[in-house]
Amino acid sequence: MSDLNKLTLAAARDRLRAKDVTSVELTEACLGAIEGSGALNAFVHQTPELALERAREADVRLAKGDAPDMCGLPIGIKDLFCTKGVLSQAGSAILDGFKPEYESTVSQNLQDAGAVMLGKLNMDEFAMGSSNETSTYGDVVSPWKRGNDDANLTPGGSSGGSAAAVAADLCLAATGTDTGGSIRQPAAFVGITGIKPTYGRCSRWGVVAFASSLDQAGPMTKDVRDAAIMLEVMCGHDAKDSTSVDMAVPNFEAMLTGDIKGKKIGLPKEYRMDGMPAEIEKLWADGADMLRDAGAQIVDISLPHTKYALPAYYVIAPAEASSNLARYDGVRYGHRAKLDAGDGITEMYEKTRAEGFGHEVQRRVMIGTYVLSAGFYDAYYNRARRVRALIKRDFENVFADGVDAILTPTTPSAAFGLGEMADADPVQMYLNDVFTVTVNLAGLPGISIPAGVDKQGLPLGLQLIGRPWEEGDLLNTAYALEAAAGFVAKPAKWW
Amino acid sequence: MSIDVETAARVAKLARIKVEPEALPALAQEFSAILGFIEQLNEVDVEGVEPMTSVTPMRLKRRVDVVNDGGQQEKILANAPDAREGFFAVPKVVE
Repeated sequence: MSDLNKLTLAAARDRLRAKDVTSVELTEACLGAIEGSGALNAFVHQTPELALERAREADVRLAKGDAPDMCGLPIGIKDLFCTKGVLSQAGSAILDGFKPEYESTVSQNLQDAGAVMLGKLNMDEFAMGSSNETSTYGDVVSPWKRGNDDANLTPGGSSGGSAAAVAADLCLAATGTDTGGSIRQPAAFVGITGIKPTYGRCSRWGVVAFASSLDQAGPMTKDVRDAAIMLEVMCGHDAKDSTSVDMAVPNFEAMLTGDIKGKKIGLPKEYRMDGMPAEIEKLWADGADMLRDAGAQIVDISLPHTKYALPAYYVIAPAEASSNLARYDGVRYGHRAKLDAGDGITEMYEKTRAEGFGHEVQRRVMIGTYVLSAGFYDAYYNRARRVRALIKRDFENVFADGVDAILTPTTPSAAFGLGEMADADPVQMYLNDVFTVTVNLAGLPGISIPAGVDKQGLPLGLQLIGRPWEEGDLLNTAYALEAAAGFVAKPAKWW
Repeated sequence: MSIDVETAARVAKLARIKVEPEALPALAQEFSAILGFIEQLNEVDVEGVEPMTSVTPMRLKRRVDVVNDGGQQEKILANAPDAREGFFAVPKVVE
């Protein structure tokens, strides 16, 4: 075929409107690509018939001229989103066989706009992980390889299936969710764009909850324009999520002028970590030069509480998770353990949760239980929430000084090999999120765009952090950086 | 802070997760490592700082206090591992 699966959302939209291609053709191209992608383990529930049905409906809409931007565009949906009648397991065995009777607001918004769901994408169990190695469906394998080395690499996590699928052109774009970096880190590892909007922009209704005060959905796309197009559709007020903000959603794509003259971009000195690879440091400096050349003013800034973001996160996120995951009890949905004679309801809970939750999820639920338990609530949980207030204040101070956006690396390294971190301390794995987690704690929008490759040929990402509710401005700065970086590398097909 | 095996067992019990006794020492060690990492928070002066409760300061919306949902017993039970006669079935709770 003509590689229709390789198109961006914008290019496919324009060709659909020009009647140069149909949604059915686009969808078939993606279904074909998915068919041959078993080795990546990205799509875990495929819905080809549903996809073709929606594609035919989209073609009817397009023929009538009633075609919103996403109409007819085939995308993948992270398994964390509840999709009506389609398995939604959050990558967990405890939700084995769970078919929701309802549709998440974000996936409904996409469906209403005519987007075509191809299937569900693999992810770390309950979005807890940075390498997609905690999924009940098995690891996702990145489409990238290190030079001539055949070792399988991680696509990052938790939205690893989404990242691999977009990078390998199995779909035009995908949804992700980000609690501590789960959109931005995998986007950086596979050389695509991922944006986490301001907390409250996207409804969390119908998205399986991990840490409710941190979770946000966002798009994972082939470029910044696509991120603008898809984010606009995903956003919007929803009465079913009390933290969803009632605020008009601008036309983000129309804000992509590429003009960033006079914008003030901050470089936080606390993000210059000991032992940071020289390549990451160079990438960051190059990014700053590119923005300066485009007319922005680069200033050094300080976010003094940065160091405490990860420890605060590893109190708050597990605490919220232990509460949210209390619902998996073997009563209302999913897995229930086989019981022995004489087992009562407590044994049912304990066995069900031991069998259904993987190791990392169990560990985090128990850490959360501990920090919330009597006698420790103030020492751990309340202290972490106070530190969180200080982290947020750091950003507020910088923005009050006139900074428009903050430039940082997305990750402290390029993608690592699957299994390479198996013997590492859990804290080592948590360090993957060191540059992204502050953004979730402060509720800010953050975007990762591919900006270069390391000496092994692996993609590296730069992160831009914006002011709350100013995703449009943030996307425009990212658009200017994307143009200057000119990243075009693609993984060579081996799967 | 070091977590002993007894504390690990108590936390597992509170979290309603069955952990075999032989797995407890390793679990206690993992908890100790993570809590050791978290201890850094003690370095921060949080005097006079209110715990953050909301990412975006906003007033919660209110709705009229009327029934706006219900009548979907079948849908609610559709995914239950054991549903009988319109109820969720569980092992005996009271003797």
